[in-house]
Amino acid sequence: MESKEIIIEVDNLVKKFGQFVANDNLTFKVYKGEIFGFLGANGAGKTTAIRIMSGLLEPTSGKINVAGFNAYTQRDLIKANIGYMSQKFSLYDDLTVKENIRFFGGIYGLYGKVLKARIDELLSDLKMTEFKNDLISSLPLGWKQRLSFSVAMIHKPVIIFLDEPTGGVDPITRRSFWEMIHQVASQGTTVFVTTHYMDEAEYCDRVTIMVDGRIEALDSPANLKKTFNASSMDEVFVMLARKAKSA
Amino acid sequence: MNNSKPNKFWGFALKEFRHIFRDKRTLLIIFGMPIAQLLIFGYVVTNEIKDANIAIYDKSGDYLSQKLTSKLASSGYFIPTTFLHSENEIEPALRSGKAKMVIVYEPDFAKKFFKEGSAAIQIITDASEPNTASLLANYAWAIINSFATENGIKEFAAAPIDIRVRMLYNPELKAVFMFVPGTMALILMLLTAMMTAISIAREKELGTMEVLLVSPLKPSHIVIGKVLPYVGLAFTNSIVILLLGFTVFGLPIKGSLALLLLVCFIFILLALSLGILISTISKTQQVAMFISMIGLMLPTILLSGFIFPIENMPVILQWFSLIMPPRWFISAIKTIMIKGEGIAYVWKEMLIMIGMIVFFLTLSIKKFKVRLS
Repeated sequence: MESKEIIIEVDNLVKKFGQFVANDNLTFKVYKGEIFGFLGANGAGKTTAIRIMSGLLEPTSGKINVAGFNAYTQRDLIKANIGYMSQKFSLYDDLTVKENIRFFGGIYGLYGKVLKARIDELLSDLKMTEFKNDLISSLPLGWKQRLSFSVAMIHKPVIIFLDEPTGGVDPITRRSFWEMIHQVASQGTTVFVTTHYMDEAEYCDRVTIMVDGRIEALDSPANLKKTFNASSMDEVFVMLARKAKSA
Repeated sequence: MNNSKPNKFWGFALKEFRHIFRDKRTLLIIFGMPIAQLLIFGYVVTNEIKDANIAIYDKSGDYLSQKLTSKLASSGYFIPTTFLHSENEIEPALRSGKAKMVIVYEPDFAKKFFKEGSAAIQIITDASEPNTASLLANYAWAIINSFATENGIKEFAAAPIDIRVRMLYNPELKAVFMFVPGTMALILMLLTAMMTAISIAREKELGTMEVLLVSPLKPSHIVIGKVLPYVGLAFTNSIVILLLGFTVFGLPIKGSLALLLLVCFIFILLALSLGILISTISKTQQVAMFISMIGLMLPTILLSGFIFPIENMPVILQWFSLIMPPRWFISAIKTIMIKGEGIAYVWKEMLIMIGMIVFFLTLSIKKFKVRLS
């Protein structure tokens, strides 16, 4: 993080659905190669924010720049330069490992030799080469999760958005998944991750805590614990989340 | 990456084909259903009279009444299975279902016929199935009259006007001529609309739709890529149905084959656009299936003129049938196949179907945009 190159810049982001304000004046910056955690209870506005940043939704107002592109006018360019993985892992159960990789590579515009090389590289990184012709439905959950993550990285995006990527996975698998995240970040990819596991917050470089569509805190886990005089991120979160209208 | 677009589509179509061909049930539905339905509708659901069981109560038992009975039997429409010996047996014969119709000859049938020039025959039918009953009675009436003429009496009941009905286009009144176009509409509608709706809903359910939407693919590309294989399958199916209709049921294709296929193609696109519309309002596969079944299958069967003639419907339902897509398809292909007319007689139907496609697609795009904003 010595370069401090800004990769996501959000300034006064507001998103309204009719009368309902999902994102209320969010302002933050994310630096290149950073693991940026986005914490909040269900319905706090995490998913809406991530959808805006990934070009799926148009913001109501505010200035949003992702990977150097404008979130109003250059959504297609944003989409081409980011990766996205949701908690459902989103692979096709009735296709094989290799077919899934090839399909997702194809929709990101990879083809021919480049695609073939990338498939082989992914398979060997995941140590799944010998399972490449197995159907996804036959894989253990942890494998699906890792494969899903690699598939989201197939076009070597500059930012990867992970929307609750560890939902429903056992602690050991979660642990090894975070190792993957760290590896990717150390290679310069920015990781933007939402979670509601507070122990995972500790793995992030910086975290934001969202309550009712607003950002209540934004700092490194160590600083947050100091500020709120708490022994764990869990305590910090509970303190802030109590303020929520909905709680 | 200039030529990446065709590759994207190809990849998409390939994936879709894999989904279809790896799922044995889907495969069975796609290729088994059309054949089964066509055979069922063609052979079982028919309003033709063939080999109907009838009972004879012959009070006279002379040579003339026996001759008439054997004429009825040899017509191919009736099989005299039961011979009754008293009035009391008539009702049980009908009730038990052994006979659909009872023919009663008056005593001294031949004598009255030749001496008095008139003899009475009573035809009793089981009107719990009114359509069949009236058809049976009409058939019997026609045979008896021609028998009377052959044997020297002009008519059994002298009719002042001699009405001769000539059935145009389908002289043998083959029901199958009506059922093949209808079945085709039903199958194309169900298969194309339902399968597209389900397959799009499936992506939503699995969460893969989200992944596709954050990819650089345009939503329109996603939809086209998804429906393309179904266009191919539905088109193959319509050719199979036409072939079956031609080989098994002897259905003619009097008009232009190219025009016929074009009309099928337009209808397939129409069904697709309906499927897409359904998928925009259903979140899960079950909902998509339910809406397709209730919303498409019943109206196709009941209101499109497939089984029940539109002319016989109450006026409100007649208006309602105007907005039924299969109605126009059935009307167009009947005109082409059975009457052998060209585009001059079906352009209206084609235009209406194209109009419906535009309408459904516009509606879907609107729905889609609302969801994303």
